[in-house]
Amino acid sequence: MAQNTIKGTAYVLGDKINTDYIIPADRLTWDPSIPEERLKIGSYALEGLPDEIKKKQPFITDGERAAIADGTAKAKYNILIGGKGFGCGSSREHAANALGAAGIEIVVAKGYARIFFENCVATGELLPATSREDITDKFETGDNVEVDLDNLKVYNRTKGGEFEIEPLGYILPMVKAGGLFAYARQKGLIGPRPKE
Amino acid sequence: MSGQNIVEKIIGRHLIKGKAEPGEEAVISVDVLLTHDVCGPPAIGFFKKEFGENAKVFDKEKVVIIPDHYIFTKDEKSARNVDVLREFVKEQGIVHFYDKDSPNYAGVCHVALPEKGHVLPGSVIIGTDSHTCSHGALGTFSMGVGNTTGAYVMGAGHIIINTPESIKFRFDKEFPEYVMGKDVILQVIGDIGTGGADFKNMEFCGEAISRLSLEGRVSTCNMAIEAGGNGIIAPDEKTKEYLLTRTKLSKSELDAKIEYLFSDPDAKYLSEHIYDASKLEPVAAQPHSPGNVDKVRNINAKLDSVYIGSCTGGKKEDFLAAAKILHSAGKEVAIPLYVVPATREVVTFMETQTLDGKSLKTIFEDAGANMDSFYEPSCAACLGGPIDTYGRINDEPSHVRASTTNRNFEKRMGSGNIYLVSPLTAAASALTGKLTDPRGFMR
Repeated sequence: MAQNTIKGTAYVLGDKINTDYIIPADRLTWDPSIPEERLKIGSYALEGLPDEIKKKQPFITDGERAAIADGTAKAKYNILIGGKGFGCGSSREHAANALGAAGIEIVVAKGYARIFFENCVATGELLPATSREDITDKFETGDNVEVDLDNLKVYNRTKGGEFEIEPLGYILPMVKAGGLFAYARQKGLIGPRPKE
Repeated sequence: MSGQNIVEKIIGRHLIKGKAEPGEEAVISVDVLLTHDVCGPPAIGFFKKEFGENAKVFDKEKVVIIPDHYIFTKDEKSARNVDVLREFVKEQGIVHFYDKDSPNYAGVCHVALPEKGHVLPGSVIIGTDSHTCSHGALGTFSMGVGNTTGAYVMGAGHIIINTPESIKFRFDKEFPEYVMGKDVILQVIGDIGTGGADFKNMEFCGEAISRLSLEGRVSTCNMAIEAGGNGIIAPDEKTKEYLLTRTKLSKSELDAKIEYLFSDPDAKYLSEHIYDASKLEPVAAQPHSPGNVDKVRNINAKLDSVYIGSCTGGKKEDFLAAAKILHSAGKEVAIPLYVVPATREVVTFMETQTLDGKSLKTIFEDAGANMDSFYEPSCAACLGGPIDTYGRINDEPSHVRASTTNRNFEKRMGSGNIYLVSPLTAAASALTGKLTDPRGFMR
């Protein structure tokens, strides 16, 4: 993750956003290792959310889907705000792929489930940042947000307010390297990537 | 220096670099990498991208591929994904592949893996599926990972982990006969919450756990991930007996091959939870969270269907328990009862195991269960899946179901409201049409 400040528009969710919500099982027939299919998965990011959340403000509207699937557009939001247990449930890495392909750069949540958390970092799709307090009631979908990773702060530029995020902890070296394979190569655990 | 718990010992025995101490990075060798038809193709794609088109897997005997998710569907992409697995198996010379449409087909990977003798105590098992934690039931360090990490393990033969802390759950005395491994783990998740063991190991121990059957232990460890953790139970004589029937190895060969590891008496735990097992009751996780747990007798819920299946609740003992309820009641179910054996071995067991001379299969048929998918063991509707998946609840948001599966997130089984229960509770509930404590039906 090269940039240390991420600015953009927030999509705000609550506690226990599981990976079935992020990408439902009937979308897992696409293979995210194939770039075109990864984009298709991205076009259905957060499709599994309960209807009452989607009705209020869908993450991706039906009208926006095609452009995300063909890679000519991203979702309106690039920052997710969540509560506790973000990414719980299934190990499907398609969840990290879906959010990344849709244009999410960072999640700021109160806590994570391990597999999703590690998938975000291993793939380099997005950064899972942990807020010190639950900040889901301090933000609304559509707010302008700035996340400063050097100073461990997240700012609500629409409503005002600054909030702390935790140091990245054990994942920091892998985040800095840009993913699992890059990190393992830095450490000399595997050989260089073969030339194509 | 204080003692070590079983997980720290297993990590220590597999250590290549780093430290087997909580919070420390450890690079550990992997004994089995498990994958299936949903996560196998992307893992293979990332493997080739990172290690090269001509790269070889770290060990063709240790990469085990068990297609099980989207098998009995007309969905074209699902068929394509199985073809990707076939091609890879051929190219790599992978030894253990349980292919769809072949005599080797097994069914749900987490039931098949120990059935086929791939799970040895003290080993490290990594799978591209969150319920890989099931295999902790045989005293392994097992955990689910994503496709990128799966691809990494496939090529490197090791994994980089952050050594987890452990939480101990000790069950004294004995579970009543109406309490199954499923009730045990639901009770625990209800007590600590769905994030109660995030990033941690959950070690289950005590007299009641040692009395629990191997399959009961699998059900318990299977849903550790619903609390955010990995489950583990130290191996004992029951584990050794099970291995004798599952591997081609003799007792002396097993003893020579396996180092049976146990937690030291002074091992460190983040916390300890002590239960009187005899006081546990049948419980259910109510919609829409595995942590929304209450005693079955406290819940008033009218049901539209019941589903028995999956790695959590579709094993031999699960169907035996449910069949006993149906058989002793001697009447037909009040609502549709979907039956999905987890593996072919479970199918055969149901055809051959009898109660008073009647096979379990006949008992389910006589009770009016829906047997349309009886010969199609797979994950089926446990995770929804393609629209034509057997047992899937298609666009019926008000549908209410009791299920022996592991997750009741909204829309997880397609749509509807899911109560997660034991097979005993599922069978009793199918007979009455409402969520029912099985005690009234037990002889």
